[in-house]
Amino acid sequence: MKTKADVQQGTLALMVMKTLEVMGPLHGYAISRRIGQISGELLDVNQGTLYPVLLRLEQEGSIASDWGVTENNRRARYYELTASGRKALQAEAAQWEQTQAIMARFLTVKAGDLS
Amino acid sequence: MKAVRRVWMRLRGMFAGAAEERRLAEEFAAHEELAVADLMEQGVPEAEARRQARREFGGGAAMRERYRDQRGLPWLEFLAADVRFGWRQLWKHRTASAAAIVSLALATGACMAAFRLVDALLLRQLPVAKPQELYSLARAGVGFDGKPAEFDGWAFPAFQLMREAVKGKAELMAVSFADRMELTYGGDAEIERATVQYVSGWMFPDFGLRPAAGRLLTEADDRVPGGHPVAVVSHTYWKRRLGGDAPPVGKTFRLGGRLYEIVGVAPEGFTGTEPGVVVEIFLPTMMFRGAVMKDYTWHRTLLRTGDPAQLGALQGQLHAVSRAFETERLRGASVLSRNRIDQLTQRLVIQPAGGGVSGMQSGYRRFLGLLGVMVGLVLLIACVNAANLMTAQAGARAREMAIRVSIGAGRWRLIRLVLAETALVAVLATALGVAFSWWAAPFLVRQIETPSMPVWLDMPADGRVVAFGFGMALLVTMAFGLLPALRASAVRPASALKGGENPHARRRTMHALIAAQVAFCFVVLFLAGLFAQTFARLSSRPLGFTPEGLLLLDVAARDPLPRATWEALAVELEALPGVESAAISSRMLLGGQSTNSFISVAGRPPSPRLAYFVTASRGWIDTMGIRLLAGERLPAGDAAGQALVNEAFVKEYFGGGDAVGKRFLRGKEEYQVAGVARNAPYGDVREEMLPAVYISYGNWGIDNTVVTVRVRDGNPQAMAAAVRSELARSHPSLRIRNTRTQQGLVEAQTLRERLLAMIGLFFAVVAAWLAGLGLYGVLDYAVLLRRKEIGIRMAIGADGAGIARLVTRDAFAMTVLGGALGAGGAAALGRYIEPLLYGVKAMEPGTFGAPLAIVAGLALAAAWGPVRTALRIDPLAMLRAD
Repeated sequence: MKTKADVQQGTLALMVMKTLEVMGPLHGYAISRRIGQISGELLDVNQGTLYPVLLRLEQEGSIASDWGVTENNRRARYYELTASGRKALQAEAAQWEQTQAIMARFLTVKAGDLS
Repeated sequence: MKAVRRVWMRLRGMFAGAAEERRLAEEFAAHEELAVADLMEQGVPEAEARRQARREFGGGAAMRERYRDQRGLPWLEFLAADVRFGWRQLWKHRTASAAAIVSLALATGACMAAFRLVDALLLRQLPVAKPQELYSLARAGVGFDGKPAEFDGWAFPAFQLMREAVKGKAELMAVSFADRMELTYGGDAEIERATVQYVSGWMFPDFGLRPAAGRLLTEADDRVPGGHPVAVVSHTYWKRRLGGDAPPVGKTFRLGGRLYEIVGVAPEGFTGTEPGVVVEIFLPTMMFRGAVMKDYTWHRTLLRTGDPAQLGALQGQLHAVSRAFETERLRGASVLSRNRIDQLTQRLVIQPAGGGVSGMQSGYRRFLGLLGVMVGLVLLIACVNAANLMTAQAGARAREMAIRVSIGAGRWRLIRLVLAETALVAVLATALGVAFSWWAAPFLVRQIETPSMPVWLDMPADGRVVAFGFGMALLVTMAFGLLPALRASAVRPASALKGGENPHARRRTMHALIAAQVAFCFVVLFLAGLFAQTFARLSSRPLGFTPEGLLLLDVAARDPLPRATWEALAVELEALPGVESAAISSRMLLGGQSTNSFISVAGRPPSPRLAYFVTASRGWIDTMGIRLLAGERLPAGDAAGQALVNEAFVKEYFGGGDAVGKRFLRGKEEYQVAGVARNAPYGDVREEMLPAVYISYGNWGIDNTVVTVRVRDGNPQAMAAAVRSELARSHPSLRIRNTRTQQGLVEAQTLRERLLAMIGLFFAVVAAWLAGLGLYGVLDYAVLLRRKEIGIRMAIGADGAGIARLVTRDAFAMTVLGGALGAGGAAALGRYIEPLLYGVKAMEPGTFGAPLAIVAGLALAAAWGPVRTALRIDPLAMLRAD
């Protein structure tokens, strides 16, 4: 079995928002499944972390939620990215990319590069 | 922005009700269903799928808890729960809680009222530029009575010399003692009064004040004696008296025979430099009649220097100038009187005056200090009561606490639980206290007002007052809440659940508190007793004259009038219906001004003590109601050289015995004693009787007299209008500068004592009541705790006296201990309060006896109920119970 990584809270929020941006409105279960899929089943989203994150994002106004019906005719609560959420996503994604770029440069640095 | 929104949403989330919970449950259920369906699609059998989904989902309860934490603000929720729980506890014992809250409110309210007074009178800085650079000058030495004394009055010529001497290093300003003066706008008929202060013209620029309208005074307005009839009015006076719409610039009024023009309005908030007094009209010092006189001390001197390090040098310089001035002034006087003046003015002192200087400050500083001590003690008593209440309740809740500990509550959680309850009590009490102080502080200010001098203290509820109130609430909570909280949290579940915790430990704490309470109560009673006695002594002190029914008019003539004219005026007034008699004199008794001289008898050098003078018409002593003890009244007509003297004078200068016909010298003038009058206080009802001389008017022009009118019955003020119109009719050239009643002057002098007696009595009653309540509570609790023991004792044959002893022994021992401690504290305070007392000594056995008796009575009364409860215990019922 592959080792599954835990997800940091801040990162999870970003993943949730990105997922919603790409997939449109989703319910909680679908979000967790999608994140699992996208990560190539490397990530296991603990529901105990997911719902508090969803709630926080809703409190911040980044996402909105409402009851809806699944394709199998089940009632579920659907989450959707709001306009301000879209903006927040862009800002955070940019920041994340920058961090990533910086980290990448550090991790690939060799002694010869610095002389 | 996002953070704010989050907190707001979470605050809302706190109050999310059942609907939110339902949504959560449904959403989780849906999640699980979806997961199960998903798994089943992959071919997992339903039971296995359900199991797996549930495992993946994690612990439902823990997860829900995390979700809720994110939804609300957990710490706030806990706090709210604590407060709600505390409130339920208080409500359960609402009578006891209400008693604790009300007594705390009374005490905190009194504290806040006292703080507002102290703040307004002593702490608040003047609203001027750099108030910390202001100082006031005074001379200190040994007074006529041999005690240290301080004088802050200065003569203007001396002030000018001093100002010249320190020019460039410091600025001096003259500010007169504010006084109520009569003035008229338009017709002479409408005389009104305003508080007037003469100030150096350069004071306004120095204070950095900007006019609200027109202009302020400058140095150019203060150069030539009598040459600058201009005035600046205060903002409040403009608003209140002068309409407040159009600036009053250019308006004129008549004061002291001169027409003044208003040139501007002082900025809002500036009401002079005397806290307690609102100056309404500022005039240049040069307009004061006595400005150029060398032996007329009539103003204070303020000093400004930006460099406190210079004060020492300035002090030396100013002192030298002041001394040289006095030496020059007294060149003609005898060596002895020069020595006396020297003693009076040994040192020149410079004191910070950023908060202003006023007679009220010096007169009430000690008073307010004592007020602070008393309210502090009452607050402590109230705190002890509340602490006892909490301790008793904590005792009753030992089992509950034990259960909480057993199911895992931490010590801090328990402390918080009890503290929330006490904080609730403190907050409620403080809120009530604020309301009380809002009423009490202005009420006290109104009490120290006299008809002739309105008192006004700026007491806004600014940050400092609020901070004080809040700090006190915190202190009070800590004072009475922390101990019970710590005790409660130290509960040992095993022993408490068995019902076996030693209850005596808690009772010991309560007993110690009782001792403290009795000690505080004793001190308050002791102080109150002293003040009540002081006031009683002062009010029953024989005055030597009859102040009731006396109307005093300060009358000035435009040009000096002969004696006969003034005497005729008195005779005319006597003809008015309702007037019994009328007379004229140069001074009023207790009027605050004095004329004094050294006296020499039979060629001997002048005595070291001063004699005090009143020039009066023949009928004056009869109108005043002063008894003639020997000899004759002052003769009618020109009788220069004839004098009436009082008993103190006879004792001081003639060594007692018959003085009629004897002669004495006042400077170079010789007088013969025509008669001896009964002692009457000259300047102050508190001081010992001063040697006084009443002399006749000679044949010289008189421009100013006090007309004393004895009214047959009723209020003398009611006659003022009739006397005024009679004067206006018969002598239109005269002006009435001031109208007072002699009774008012007497009462004004005992104001502080009356106030102290009143407040002392109030606090004594409150303190006694609270201490009694506290003692009762503790005894009652003790009986409750020991009812089983008492029942057993009764069953095996203890008698009533034995039971009563058992119940009260410890508490009475504590009362005795508390009384002793209180007596010690009272003795320590005794020295501090001595200057506020009259005719009573702080350190007499008698002053300790009364509080002791009251405390003992209190203890007996408080023990009565609990002892009765104890005696009514039915041994049989008690043995069967529980």
